[in-house]
Amino acid sequence: MQIYDLIIIGAGPAGITACVYAARQKLNFLVITIDIGGQAALSGDIENYTGYQFITGPELTQKFQEHIRKYDITLRENENVIQVKKFGKNISVKTNKGNYWAKSVIIASGKKSKELGVSGEAEFKNRGLTYCAICDGPLFRGKDVAVIGGGNSALDAALQLVKIAKYVYIINNTGNLGGDTIMRQRLVQADNVAILNNSQITAILGNKFVNAIRIKTNGVEKELAVSGMFVEIGLIPNSEFVERIQKNKKGEIKVNINNQTNILGIFAAGDVTDVPEKQIIVAAGEGSKAALSVFHYLSKRKL
Amino acid sequence: MAKNVKIYSTPTCPWCIRAKDFLKENNIEFQNLDVSSDQLAADEMVKKSGQMGVPVLDIEGEIIVGFDKERIKLALGL
Repeated sequence: MQIYDLIIIGAGPAGITACVYAARQKLNFLVITIDIGGQAALSGDIENYTGYQFITGPELTQKFQEHIRKYDITLRENENVIQVKKFGKNISVKTNKGNYWAKSVIIASGKKSKELGVSGEAEFKNRGLTYCAICDGPLFRGKDVAVIGGGNSALDAALQLVKIAKYVYIINNTGNLGGDTIMRQRLVQADNVAILNNSQITAILGNKFVNAIRIKTNGVEKELAVSGMFVEIGLIPNSEFVERIQKNKKGEIKVNINNQTNILGIFAAGDVTDVPEKQIIVAAGEGSKAALSVFHYLSKRKL
Repeated sequence: MAKNVKIYSTPTCPWCIRAKDFLKENNIEFQNLDVSSDQLAADEMVKKSGQMGVPVLDIEGEIIVGFDKERIKLALGL
């Protein structure tokens, strides 16, 4: 039975950076991930990652990939972790394709889109309803669309869509949009956007494909004719597969300043953790910290 | 014999990029249809796959939605 020094779960900014550090420490490690880039791959314009005044999410992901290709890394892509559990001194990582063992694990599995929970959501997924503006946005050229949400990811999606769609409605359930001031300012300058505050979506309507949504604004219901809708109402951590790990109320894994969780040998980094800021650059930094902590942990641990 | 492979994609979608990279790495010739600029291709994709998410691969008539590496491998006989 092979026991790796380390298994990294996830290959977003945190996982990739941990990977670079682990490779440079010459650890015997494995990366298990569904995708490369994580949420960063789905970001539009990135203007706050030092070293790049401007880069898009897909381009930054490409750069990440080029960086890890420099090293000889075992990367298992399209693989979904089902369970992480510590037995004695070692940790078992069970996936949809196999079972692996390691002395340490870094959980960098990030977050995924929260779903709306309204009628029609499952039926219209990929039939007008999407969670990825950068992927599917171009299919709505010249059409009317709605963005559901009011934070940074909603603003990011809306800013991509005003360039493509005919008209963009932003359905925001609070009194004012959140997110970065600079993004809000850019958005209000667009002449094809309407911001509907205090509004909730109550139903998705259509016939095979979305053709309208029903919204409630200050108690008043109405229908908006749209052929696309982009759900950006926040994220939930991918943390359900770890047994007996401490999490906060949001489901984020609790870590100390060295990225250690409550389970010795299991570390976590990036958006899946309770680190205060969810930024690409923060996640990358946390990934580096976690890998270095693992290195110290392994050197102290008796074989 | 080389199979007829088409990919319906958008230039920015990360899964499309990965799918195309995968085909290139395996020396598979394919026709890329950019559905963000080619409306006919977009309509064709929706008609073939019954949905609007990209990428969609058409491998000798077998329609694969998303970058489903295992199914793509199987369809290509890799």
